[in-house]
Amino acid sequence: MSDTTHDGAIATSARPSPDDGLTPGELAARYGLSVSGARPGLVEYVRQLWGRRHFILAFSQAKLTAQYSQAKLGQLWQVATPLLNALVYYLIFGLILGAGRGMSKEIYIPFLVTGVFVFTFTQTSVMAGVRAISGNLGLVRALHFPRASLPISFALQQLQQLLFSMVVLLLIVVGFGSYPSLSWLLVLPALGLQFVFNVGLAMIMARLGSKTPDLAQLMPFIMRTWMYASGVMFSIKEMLSERPAWIAEVLMYNPAAIYMDLVRFALIDRYDASNLASHVWLAGGLWALLVGAAGFVYFWKAEERYGRG
Amino acid sequence: MAVADHPHDPLDARVPTVIADDVHIVYRVSGGSGGKGSATAALSRILRRDRGEPRGVRKVHAVRGVSFTAYRGEAIGLIGTNGSGKSTLLRAIAGLLPTESGRVYTDGQPSLLGVNAALMGDLTGERNVILGGLAMGMSREEIRDRYQAIVDFSGINEKGDFITLPMRTYSSGMGARLRFAIAAAKNHDVLMIDEALATGDRKFQIRSEERIRELRKEAGTVFLVSHSNKSIRDTCDRVLWLEKGELLMDGPTDEVIRAYEKETGK
Repeated sequence: MSDTTHDGAIATSARPSPDDGLTPGELAARYGLSVSGARPGLVEYVRQLWGRRHFILAFSQAKLTAQYSQAKLGQLWQVATPLLNALVYYLIFGLILGAGRGMSKEIYIPFLVTGVFVFTFTQTSVMAGVRAISGNLGLVRALHFPRASLPISFALQQLQQLLFSMVVLLLIVVGFGSYPSLSWLLVLPALGLQFVFNVGLAMIMARLGSKTPDLAQLMPFIMRTWMYASGVMFSIKEMLSERPAWIAEVLMYNPAAIYMDLVRFALIDRYDASNLASHVWLAGGLWALLVGAAGFVYFWKAEERYGRG
Repeated sequence: MAVADHPHDPLDARVPTVIADDVHIVYRVSGGSGGKGSATAALSRILRRDRGEPRGVRKVHAVRGVSFTAYRGEAIGLIGTNGSGKSTLLRAIAGLLPTESGRVYTDGQPSLLGVNAALMGDLTGERNVILGGLAMGMSREEIRDRYQAIVDFSGINEKGDFITLPMRTYSSGMGARLRFAIAAAKNHDVLMIDEALATGDRKFQIRSEERIRELRKEAGTVFLVSHSNKSIRDTCDRVLWLEKGELLMDGPTDEVIRAYEKETGK
C-alpha cells in the first residue's frame, strides 16, 4: 500500500503562500476541515437518525406499496397473504397432524394464527435486515444518511405489514368466540417491545450481511428451526410434558415464544396466565432492551465502512 | 503540494474545501477469481487461504495514492478513460466509500448529484419526488415548496398527467429527466456531478446545463466527471486526469485536456 505515485502530477502553480510546507493534515486543521465519512459519536448519530425520521417512514411505506404494485389485486394482497398463510398452517398442523393437543378448536385456531403472524414479523424483519445493506449498496454509495435508517426502515415496513395481518387476526379471534375487551390493549406494548427487539436483530443481521451476503441463503433454515422450536403451532408445555422440564423452560423464554404468548394472552379469552412463563412481561422487556441496544451499538460501530460492500 | 495564493489580496485568499491526502481505494470482489464457477471450485476457494485474505476474494485497487487540494470557487473536471477510478474517487471524497489508506478532508458534507438509487420504479413520479427529496436530506416543507418547480423543470407533465403514473412506465429519457430534476433541486456546499449532463433531449440538456451553472454559483466547489471534453471545457477551470487509479496530471483545463486528447488520439 506504499506505492504513492503523484510524482507524475503537475502542480498548478508555485507562488509562495503561508500554507506552503504544511502537511495535508495541518492544512485541514488550519481551515477547519473534517475527515470525510468519519463515524459520528453515538449521541450525534441518534440525532442524525431522528432528523431522518421522515425518510425512514417514507422509505418503508414506499417499499410496502411497491411490493404489490404489479399485482392485479394490488394492496389487497397485504391482507390476503397472511390469511392464506394461516390457512395453510391450519390445514397441515390443525387438521392433518393434530398439533392442537390440549386445546379446543376455539382456542387452537386463534392460537395458531397469532403465532404465525407474530413470528412472521420477526422472521421477515431478520430476512430484510440481512439484505438491508448488501441489497442497497447502490443507495449507500450514492447518498448520505445514517445507515441505520435502512434496517430500521425495513423493520418498520414489516410492522406495517403486521398491522394489516392484525385486521385478519382480530376477525378470526372474534370468529372463534373471544370478544373485544380491555385486555386487547395489551397487544400494543407487546408488539412495541417486539418491534424494538426486531429492529435490534435486523441491525445485527444488516452488519453481518454486509460482510457476508451468504447469510441470506443460510437464514431461512435458521429461522425455520427457530419457528419450530418456539411453539408457533403447538403449546410448548403440552408437547414437552414428558421431557425434562428445563427444555420447556428454555424454549418458553426465547424471545419469539415470549412475544407470541403475550399477544395470545391479550387476545384470546381462555388463553390465561397459566399458559405463560412467569415474569413474561419482564422477560419481553429485557429481550427488547438488550437486543435493541446491543444491535444499535453494534451496527453503529461499522457505520463508516458500509460503503465498501 | 504547491498552493497558489495572493497574500496581498485577502479577498482572493484561497480557502481549501477538499484535501485528498494519498488516497487509496480497494474494492473486494468475491467470486471474481478461481476460474470455474462450479461448487467445488467455490469450496476450495474457501478452504485455501492466502496470508489471511480469503482466496476467493479478489482485490481491485481502484485508486492509487491520489493527492490534491481543491479550493473554494473552483470547478474541477475529472477525466480519464473508462475504469480509471473517477467515480470511485468522487465517492471517496463524498465519504461514501471508505479509503483503504490515506484521508480525505472536507469542508461540510460533499454530495453526489444523483438520487437514482433511492427511487423506485413501481411508485408514481409524484411519490418518487418526495422519496428522493427525503433521501437527499430535504425536509417535508422544503419538498412541498419545491415540488411544483421540480415537476415543471422535468417537463414530465408537458405531454399529459404522467407524474401520477408509476416511474417504470416512463421512457428512459423521461425517467432521466425526472431523476435529474429531483437531484438538482437541492443546493450543496461541495457538489459532485457524475456525467449527469448528457441526459434527455436537446431542449432538456440546455435546461440542465443552465441549472448546473446555477448550482455551481451557489456551491463552494464543484467536481465534474464527464467524457465530454466540451462540457469540461465549458464548466471547469482546473482538471485532474486519472489513469489506472493514478493522478497523471493536475492543472489548468486547456493544458490537461490538450495532453489528454494527444494521448487518446483525438
